[in-house]
Amino acid sequence: MEQEPLKRTALHTSHIESGGRMVPFGGWEMPVQFRGIIEEHNAVRTKSGVFDISHMGEFFVSADSPEKVDACLNRLLTNDVSRLKVGQGQYSFLLNEQGGVVDDLILYRQSPNTFFVVVNASKIDEDFARLTALSDAGVEWSNRSGEFSAVALQGPESVDIYRKAFGKDAPMPSRFELSLLAWREQTILVARTGYTGEDGVELFFPHSLARPVWSLLLEKGAMPIGLGARDTLRMEACYPLNGNDLDATTTPLEAGMSFAVAINKPDFVGKNALTVQIAAGLSRKLVAFSIEGKGAPPRSHYQLFLGTQKVGEVTSGTFSPSLQKGIGLGYVSAHASAPGTVLDMEVRGQRVPIVIKPKPLYKGHSL
Amino acid sequence: MNNPSHLHYAASHEWLALEGETGTVGITDHAQHELSDVVFVQLPKIGSRIEAGASAAVVESVKAASDIYSPVGGEVVGVNTELETNPALVNTDPFGAGWIFKLRVSNPAEISALKNAADYEKSLGV
Repeated sequence: MEQEPLKRTALHTSHIESGGRMVPFGGWEMPVQFRGIIEEHNAVRTKSGVFDISHMGEFFVSADSPEKVDACLNRLLTNDVSRLKVGQGQYSFLLNEQGGVVDDLILYRQSPNTFFVVVNASKIDEDFARLTALSDAGVEWSNRSGEFSAVALQGPESVDIYRKAFGKDAPMPSRFELSLLAWREQTILVARTGYTGEDGVELFFPHSLARPVWSLLLEKGAMPIGLGARDTLRMEACYPLNGNDLDATTTPLEAGMSFAVAINKPDFVGKNALTVQIAAGLSRKLVAFSIEGKGAPPRSHYQLFLGTQKVGEVTSGTFSPSLQKGIGLGYVSAHASAPGTVLDMEVRGQRVPIVIKPKPLYKGHSL
Repeated sequence: MNNPSHLHYAASHEWLALEGETGTVGITDHAQHELSDVVFVQLPKIGSRIEAGASAAVVESVKAASDIYSPVGGEVVGVNTELETNPALVNTDPFGAGWIFKLRVSNPAEISALKNAADYEKSLGV
């Protein structure tokens, strides 16, 4: 186990002041909840909530021409960056040679030849080492994760709250787009993205703005939200979590994320393995499911059965505050993965029925 | 901290109320606060025998499942079926309507290993 002290975000004191319950998360000390996971979850579904996502990583990559940086990113990542105009972003994957997921990330074309890349907190060092090792000559990478604080403002009232906070003329990017907001003589990167299934923005800015931005958003009506509700919200929306639902042994195709894989690109890291997998057919798929009626919530590593045959394992599970029942994600053998299929989940030695559902499990108000 | 003085407390944050030879078991206000929103309670089977300190029930919050240990040994003679439809009673009334199970205490001497309210509060550092 790592013995390094937990890192604190620039909002640590703000969280304590708001009654946040601080827990270790991926090397960081983060708030798991403030007023309670269910209350926070419901606030994001019906109004607006703000999350500290300062632990996430921020890279910039550029070259002296768009062609050069595009060619490099198209070889390193699964999605096709040549589709992106300035200000547009996309979800993508960094894979290993076996087609397994190193990380899932979002990148935006900030200028013709510069991209802004947001990666998972626990993968910052691994991603940066791998991307720079595989990169092309003349393509410059910088890991600026240590310079940025970030918050996600999510929920149906978030755009209103953003405008109340930063002015009615503050730039509001379209879905999966990036704008620059000038505020207090600094620049805030504003992305119309999130991890909740609701409309909202993610804001990236220098640490000096962290407390003022956080306080302002609370003052304008956003509720502080911890990692607990972040997890229940993303599970209802069926967004995978790297480390749970994605890892070095799972491919984006198995995870049902082929929309982020431009398989027809000439070459990209992991393409050969994915091509083989497509030809052979997927043997397992990441499915979403729910418990019917009152039952124990699914948890990671619970086993799934079709009759007496083990057909899969839960990778994420919780109680869904929106659906008022247990929900989960898990990898299931392809023959048992169709929506409507009833499986048994083993909970503490007993079997309880679950039903595979179409994704997402809950449709929010996202654009 | 409002821990009723007539109850006996386990270090693992369960309480026991004794009436004759029947003990009622629940979790403390401190425990329900630490667990936060309770969404499911797995109750023990009536008639089952439980040793002191053994897992008797499971309380699940949104995030995690936690074992509930029986403060004393005995035979389960009642369970709070209200929790099947309203598990949040554990949060809203931990010392009352949120009780979890009742048992016929087999060895009343085991109660001497439990804390009184004042000592329990001391153990919480309040």
